[in-house]
Amino acid sequence: MTSRQIVTIDGNEAAATIAHKLNEVIAIYPITPSSGMGELADQWSSEGRANLWGTVPMVMEMQSEGGAAGAVHGALQTGSLTTTFTASQGLLLMLPNMYKIAGELISTVFHVAARTVATHALSIFGDHSDVMGVRAAGWAMLASGSVQEVMDFALIAQAATLRSRVPFLHFFDGFRTSHEVMKIEALADDDLRAMIDDDLVRAHRHRGLSPDRPVLRGSAQNPDVYFQAREAGNPFYAACPAIVQAAMDQFAGLTGRQYHLFDYAGAPDAERVIVLIGSGAETARETVAYLAAQGEKVGVLAVRLYRPFAAETFVGSLPATVKAIAVLDRTKEPGASGDPLYQDVVTALSEAYAGGQAPFAALPRVISGRYGLSSKEFTPAMVKAVYAELAKAQPKNHFTVGIYDDVGHTSLDYDPAFTTEAADTTRAIFYGLGSDGTVGANKNSIKIIGEETPNYAQGYFVYDSKKSGSVTISHLRFGPRPIHAPYLIDQANFIACHQFGFLERFDVLAQAEPGAVFLLNSLYGPDELWAHLPRLVQAHLIRKHLRLFVIDADRVARETGMGGRINTIMQTCFFAVSGVMPREAALDAIKHAIEKSYGKRGDLVVQRNFEAVAQTLENLHAVSVPALADSTLELRAVVPAQAPAFVQNVTAAMIGGRGDLLPVSAMPIDGTFPTGTSQWEKRSIADEIPVWDPSICIQCGKCVLVCPHAVIREKVYPAGALDGAPGTFKSAPARWKEFADQLYTLQVAPEDCTGCALCFEVCPVKNKSETRLKAINMAPQPALRETERANWQFFLDLPETDRTILNTTTVKDSQLIQPLFEFSGACAGCGETPYLKLLSQLFGDRALIANATGCSSIYGGNLPTTPWSQNKAGRGPAWANSLFEDNAEFGLGFRLTLDKQTEYAHELLARLAESVGPDLAVALRQADQSNDAGIAAQRERVAVLKQMLQPLAADGQAPDTTRAEARDLLSLADGLVKRSLWIVGGDGWAYDIGYGGLDHVLASGHDVNVLVLDTEVYSNTGGQMSKSTPRAAVAKFAAGGKARPKKDLGLLAMTYGNVYVAQVALGANDAQTLRAFHEAEAYPGPSLILAYSPCIAHGYDLRHGLDQQKKAVLAGYWPLYRYNPSRAEDGHNPLTLDSKPPSLPLQQYMYAETRFRVLSQTNPAEAERLLHLAEQDVRLRWQTYEDMATRGEPTHA
Amino acid sequence: MPDFSTTYLGLKLCSPLVPSASPLSRSIDNIKRMEEAGAGAVVLHSLFEEQINAESHTLDYFLAHGSESYSEAVSYFPDASAYRLKPELYLEHIRHAKAAVRIPIIASLNGVSAGSGFVVHQRQHDWIKYARLMEQAGADALELNLYYVPTDPDLLSDTVEDMYADLLIDVRHTISIPVAMKLSPFFSCLPNMARRLVDCGASGLVLFNRFYQPDIDLDTLEVVPHLNLTTPTEQQALRVPLRWIALLYGRIHADLALSSGVHTAEDALKGVLAGAKVVMLASALLMHGISRLGEIRTRMLQWMEAHEYESITQMCGSVSQKSVAYPAAFERASYVKAVGTDHYGQ
Repeated sequence: MTSRQIVTIDGNEAAATIAHKLNEVIAIYPITPSSGMGELADQWSSEGRANLWGTVPMVMEMQSEGGAAGAVHGALQTGSLTTTFTASQGLLLMLPNMYKIAGELISTVFHVAARTVATHALSIFGDHSDVMGVRAAGWAMLASGSVQEVMDFALIAQAATLRSRVPFLHFFDGFRTSHEVMKIEALADDDLRAMIDDDLVRAHRHRGLSPDRPVLRGSAQNPDVYFQAREAGNPFYAACPAIVQAAMDQFAGLTGRQYHLFDYAGAPDAERVIVLIGSGAETARETVAYLAAQGEKVGVLAVRLYRPFAAETFVGSLPATVKAIAVLDRTKEPGASGDPLYQDVVTALSEAYAGGQAPFAALPRVISGRYGLSSKEFTPAMVKAVYAELAKAQPKNHFTVGIYDDVGHTSLDYDPAFTTEAADTTRAIFYGLGSDGTVGANKNSIKIIGEETPNYAQGYFVYDSKKSGSVTISHLRFGPRPIHAPYLIDQANFIACHQFGFLERFDVLAQAEPGAVFLLNSLYGPDELWAHLPRLVQAHLIRKHLRLFVIDADRVARETGMGGRINTIMQTCFFAVSGVMPREAALDAIKHAIEKSYGKRGDLVVQRNFEAVAQTLENLHAVSVPALADSTLELRAVVPAQAPAFVQNVTAAMIGGRGDLLPVSAMPIDGTFPTGTSQWEKRSIADEIPVWDPSICIQCGKCVLVCPHAVIREKVYPAGALDGAPGTFKSAPARWKEFADQLYTLQVAPEDCTGCALCFEVCPVKNKSETRLKAINMAPQPALRETERANWQFFLDLPETDRTILNTTTVKDSQLIQPLFEFSGACAGCGETPYLKLLSQLFGDRALIANATGCSSIYGGNLPTTPWSQNKAGRGPAWANSLFEDNAEFGLGFRLTLDKQTEYAHELLARLAESVGPDLAVALRQADQSNDAGIAAQRERVAVLKQMLQPLAADGQAPDTTRAEARDLLSLADGLVKRSLWIVGGDGWAYDIGYGGLDHVLASGHDVNVLVLDTEVYSNTGGQMSKSTPRAAVAKFAAGGKARPKKDLGLLAMTYGNVYVAQVALGANDAQTLRAFHEAEAYPGPSLILAYSPCIAHGYDLRHGLDQQKKAVLAGYWPLYRYNPSRAEDGHNPLTLDSKPPSLPLQQYMYAETRFRVLSQTNPAEAERLLHLAEQDVRLRWQTYEDMATRGEPTHA
Repeated sequence: MPDFSTTYLGLKLCSPLVPSASPLSRSIDNIKRMEEAGAGAVVLHSLFEEQINAESHTLDYFLAHGSESYSEAVSYFPDASAYRLKPELYLEHIRHAKAAVRIPIIASLNGVSAGSGFVVHQRQHDWIKYARLMEQAGADALELNLYYVPTDPDLLSDTVEDMYADLLIDVRHTISIPVAMKLSPFFSCLPNMARRLVDCGASGLVLFNRFYQPDIDLDTLEVVPHLNLTTPTEQQALRVPLRWIALLYGRIHADLALSSGVHTAEDALKGVLAGAKVVMLASALLMHGISRLGEIRTRMLQWMEAHEYESITQMCGSVSQKSVAYPAAFERASYVKAVGTDHYGQ
């Protein structure tokens, strides 16, 4: 008998396990939520893990999903077993090759973590819009609904594709299944051997191109034969469903798990049936079991094989008694007569009925419903509502469920209190911070319970939209019976709050069921706790008779050397008080898990965790709950009362975790949102914030410049403006000759600061008496919050300095300008955001920004708020994200509009010159807008122009032609003020997926400014290698260290000769950075700035990010330069090197970062080899630049 | 040719010249070259107490940092199935060194943590554990480099000395290969401390450690660690250990090694004459290359022949305090004499 392991893994690992076992070539590209599959495949191959045939699969990262599909196609054509993993837009990029692969009848399985396709907004979450978007390509589509099914169907799909020759899309719900951790039975190699026929593998190989048996594929066909040839493959599709069923039957014989093309569950005599695909079927099955047990005649039909759609089998799978069917689609096809599955079902039923093959007495009524877009919850309560609708005489068709549609009135009402959860299931919710290790510990707990006890286990994790101070909510279920509940816990019998501060932000006990356990991490001991609990928490505790336990986990963590990680401590508490396992057994299991997880990282880590376990129980206390809720503490207002209406009504609901309750009418119809909203969030996440010492500050502005979050600001203002200032408001005489009589203040936004301490690190001033102190010093935030909040408010109302009298080419002056990028949710100490903030200061009030998908689009545009802001005049950057791959082209489109509209406006000015005044018309067209004064003057001219145009545009005041032209010019007049166009993105975009477009845009000669925030890795998706990743660095998809050097994008751009190129590092030379931004913006052609951006994926404390930038420059790793074609026109060498030859050993820069150091810990010999090569890279690059910079003649005419 | 062999820590060495702990011994090639140049043994670069755990802590911290916080990036690094941390690499280095050369390999452990608490306890625990693992890896002897900077005015010197002794006892109980203690000159009564350490099981004493000393950067006003190599002109560097070796020779039952300030054959000869079984070199080799060792060896042999010394053993301690005509020359009286000579004698 085959021995199978019980494992506790997520859906991605389940798919990757089989894919890696059954393939020889794997082409990958990161995209959420499928990235995990590629990461695991790469890691396993780099560690030498072999496939079923004993050879290690070759894993290759490509530059895009389009590239991956091409590589896959090529590998398939030459006979390799080949796969890839993707989702969403990535799948769409594969579409052209998918048509080819299907047309050529090539066996392969693509594994897809199905995700929403970006429409009015990007969403990383799960629905079927991507897979439904490729359903016409001719692929078999097999859907898994749970982690177990993912592993099972990955194998069934592979077996079926080899036999049928139809390529398979194996898909499962993004996040809900790809990221759900579940206890499953892993398939053994023997299972795989039994299912995979080696003769079919060899047949696949034999079909590969070979000069020994030459053939031609990919011909071009003409009207005479194309059609016929297209039909020639039909028999393969006809045979496919039976092949899949045969594979399912064989699989059942091996494992006991029987699947069908359509799996029915429910009453045999059901009258109402729901048809759906994916994890939602699990929910429906669970609900049906509950309702059927109560005598309701309901059933559910889960579609496993969606394509080819086996219509007869489908009809035959329905009970003959069915009278009404609801088909639920997890996608939206606007404008269609119905969503895809609905249309298939209607067609299948009507054809069967018309053909006389239907078993029903009458054709069942079929209605269509839409659910679960972008991972919207789909619960038993919603399933019940659908059955209730089906029971109506006139049920709603084309309904929605799970939202409140007060516009189209499509939505069904449902009772959120309805639940089918088993009483003997432990349902636990944990509120934690990303940084405290809560999720990691919970994943560990699931493994412990799943693998050390007979219990079933499930875990799902909800993360924040912010990357700093992010809140995590873990949902864990354990129980003696299989868990089929792919939705969040609504009724918990255990709730843990790992951060005391959450109590005043969230209603953490809302989901607590009566008698539940509440575990709280609190600095207040059992005797003093009650007085510090908010009233709502007290009320829950009393009303629901909750059992309260408390521990000061932070203290235990400090004392046991765990730092800020309280994960092991809270995990131990969970096992101690939840009763899910016997306490001693649980402690042993935790220790075992600690050794397993951390042993490889050194004995200290293990011992420290052991000590934390040992200390925990002594510090865990049960607290008796008084009878009276006497607290005066209330939940904090989500946003302040002065926030605008949209923020109050919509944004606040999202911030407060109540976004699910927002009705359709609350949403902008086209994805357009107001800017300047991050200012209302006030997340208060910093433990320490900077405190200014005016007595020694030299007012250099460096702290303001480097602050990634725009929380430290400066202003110069007349002394009289201090009237009414709070008593603690600080100021000092301004150290500017131009502002000799004025005052200066450096102010911190205490509730927006992340505490990254970069300001402290950059401060050049030391206290003469005590050199540990600077002009800025970090101090605990809580004691400062109230006073500094008032000071901040006062500071905001101080007048802004007139930018036209500033010399914005100096750091000191430039930092007096209001940033229009503030309080982003980027990681604390982010290296990217200071560049964006600088951009917003210099050009923000007239900037258009095209932003590639990535970190900058997430902290820039992920709801609920945006850091892109506005000044008091209401001007600020206008920002949009199109896609990952097309950002340069998207931005070029902006340019084309600007140029065209300016041209037309100039034409209109000429036509209307007499009416508006020839002098004004000429002045508007020939205005010098090369500096802020020129811009201000032009704005004034435009204002005058508009005034003059108003009467001309009014009805009946001017001839028709003139009126029309005046109206047109009015609509274009603002564009006469020079716009600053920026194309922004990361290295994944610029070096890889968007390079083709970027290259084209740079070559176009158009006046665009490209800012590449170069973190040298795909930061947003978790640190995958890009072509910017340097040699010797470890990254995902380069687990063994990157063997090739970093691509020199700057040098490539310079070869055009007409592109302004600058390489900058703010921390190494801020003046050079500032100069580059000004020059790039002024250059009347394409400009490219490559900005060194420290990133959390580099693996060091980002408070030292500025030092690392200095080291990067000193080591010659990141030479600073500016290539300005304008200089060539003046007969000078266009390339200026702004840094000196390498003077620091490269190793000193590299080994300060985990990304390089870790290779010396996994493969020291390879680390040494790559280090030497990296040193050569540096020398060669410097030599190249030096040669170019010292040439007498310009490199290009 | 005179017999150039010596014994140290019970080991028979072909030469009294021993490269002391320095970055040079990180390379197996260098160790081979040291043997070829005539080294009697090699002391490997030190494994620092802080290093043992800091690396583990750093790795754990940064592999976890930022993870499980955001849906799209639940981690930022691939988590390898195994890591080879510095202590493990050090053990591997011992094994490679042993396989590469025939001369004894002396491992070096550096550090002392004081105080209580889990972290400190764990550090010491690991430190002692690695002594055992070094023995298992094949080290012929272990040099313990104990260095604690007392900053607490309430801390008694006895307590510090007890700490040194206790750590040595712990190590001694853990391993059976000989242990040498590398000391600082900063003890109130060095001979007493030396004897006490020998009583606790030290087979040899290495005099003295040359520490990283803090310096102040006048540009940044920050304290920076600084290690000055000794120079041939820095006579004091040699004279301090020279005096103490001469004083201790014959008074304690342990081998003495002179470390610090040996740049020339003359320096090395003085060390042996004063009573050192071996003289250790680091700065000289870092400055002039490993071949310097061979040059010193040749010059020493020439001197011995010229002065009709038959062996190192014969030379050893022949100008120690107990062997010289004027023993007081090594004591305080000589200070008066020196002062008198320098300032009033002319």
